[in-house]
Amino acid sequence: MTTEALSAPARKPAFLTRLVEGRAVPVLMVSLAILILWYLGAVYMNADLQIDQFERQKVEWTTADLVRGTLSQERPLLPAPHQILAEMWKTIFEVRPTSKRSLIYHSSVTLSSTLLGFAIGSLLGILLAVGIVEARTLDKSLLPWIISSQTIPILAIAPMIIVVLGSIGLKGLVPKSIISTYLCFFPVAIGMVKGLRSPDLLQMDLMRTYSATRWQLFRMLRWPSAVPFLFASLKIAIAISLVGAIVGELPTGAQAGLGARLLAGSYYGQTIQIWSALITASILAACLVALVGLVERIVLRAMGMRE
Amino acid sequence: MEDTAPAEVTQGLEREGAGRRPVVEIRNLSLTFSTRDGPVHALKDIDLEIEAGDFVSLIGPSGCGKTTLLRTIADLEQPTGGSILVNGVSPQEARLARAYGYIFQAAALYPWRTIERNVTLPLEIMGLPAAERAERARRYLDLVNLAGFERKYPWQLSGGMQQRASIARALSFDPALLLMDEPFGALDEIVRDHLNEQLLGLWNKTEKTVVFVTHSIPEAVFLSSRIVVMSPRPGRIIDVISCDFPRDRTLDIRETPAFLEIAHRVREGLRAGHSYDD
Repeated sequence: MTTEALSAPARKPAFLTRLVEGRAVPVLMVSLAILILWYLGAVYMNADLQIDQFERQKVEWTTADLVRGTLSQERPLLPAPHQILAEMWKTIFEVRPTSKRSLIYHSSVTLSSTLLGFAIGSLLGILLAVGIVEARTLDKSLLPWIISSQTIPILAIAPMIIVVLGSIGLKGLVPKSIISTYLCFFPVAIGMVKGLRSPDLLQMDLMRTYSATRWQLFRMLRWPSAVPFLFASLKIAIAISLVGAIVGELPTGAQAGLGARLLAGSYYGQTIQIWSALITASILAACLVALVGLVERIVLRAMGMRE
Repeated sequence: MEDTAPAEVTQGLEREGAGRRPVVEIRNLSLTFSTRDGPVHALKDIDLEIEAGDFVSLIGPSGCGKTTLLRTIADLEQPTGGSILVNGVSPQEARLARAYGYIFQAAALYPWRTIERNVTLPLEIMGLPAAERAERARRYLDLVNLAGFERKYPWQLSGGMQQRASIARALSFDPALLLMDEPFGALDEIVRDHLNEQLLGLWNKTEKTVVFVTHSIPEAVFLSSRIVVMSPRPGRIIDVISCDFPRDRTLDIRETPAFLEIAHRVREGLRAGHSYDD
């Protein structure tokens, strides 16, 4: 296809030009390479198990049998992509969305605590940043704590948060969202501190010549300057908020959510189930980041920023 | 310093008669920045009076403190010695009373505001009603020949147009004093000539007091009613030259012997201040 397009440049259709010069082709090539490596890996990793099985059944087998077998095991070490896709198709489209076997059900559980945690965390991050920028004492006292909060491994602190909150009667959505909050306030706070401090000296002096109040300075200069920084931070925040929600579902033995699905899968050696939950989580994350990106484009365009 | 200020106020009143007093009175002003490499004497023993309706240019080589002097008048820098009065009060009080419009070297338009909303920024801060703001934006954008660009964003305008928008912004709240810090320094000469003519016309029409920082001799001679020549650090006043061309002068006067004579005197002043030394 590429050579075709190159050999007849004069008649090259517009969409082909875009395809060749755009990102589509490189992305496709990389995806294809990953797919091939994945299949090779699946055959290699599942081969021992398959050979064992053939020998126990005392059947004659060829290489073709081996390859076919490794790609259709029920509990393979590494499931093949088409097995994961089939599982996802089944659990997304072929069961009721309210069923405990539905990935839509589990996704929506995880999504609700992701979004709640994201909302609280972003708000907290913005408030902290405003405090740090507006009050010198907070700058000195708060920032070291904010940074050190992120050096604690979330996997270590998540079970404690769940247990402590559980003992005071908070169960389900709230403890999970708090773990998301814990993760996602950080990039928002750091990004917003940088953003609120981004106006240059000239822009600040201008406000001073008008004798603007602090609130006017904030509302008319600091805040609008920080908006591009805010969106860059929100994209990171929403992705790790999803990670936080999943991590929050692991230690509770939660009955629902993508984390619970991962955990149940690992209890019963259901590797295909684990992988389909994983892929679903990453698709979900990609969609959330894309959504924030869309809002970013709309907002920045409304603010007259150059694309 | 605090004690001497009121005495000078009365002196000024006696000399000038009833009500007429200099817009800017600077006595024995000095300003020293303390930096990591020791003190830097930016201004030393500055004495200057600027009358209402004057167009005063501060000229000198880069780093001579002319911008610092302007910023001190605007209360953007604090003097370390001497006294300074703007409209008879301290620069801070004058700033709080919004006594001046400041035009910076760069347009400093806010990129998220349209040209119209950039021009109305000071009006919003001062709490004018929306209808009045829109009316003034229209009037002053018209004055700087930017009618029709209200809805554009700054990046859609050329550098000269952006600077004109920033002048409209400074004029929008109608301050009697304009402080201009090399406003046309970054523009090419053709645009600069054009804006100089417009500025002169504006000054002639509105009778505002202008303090104008530049390092261009022709610009200073063409625009000014008085030229203040400054020396490099520590910034001192070498010479104050009157420039008595009619207020409605045109660019043609730049060819006249009188113009060249004044330009020569400015250059001599700069040379006397060792501005041309290495």
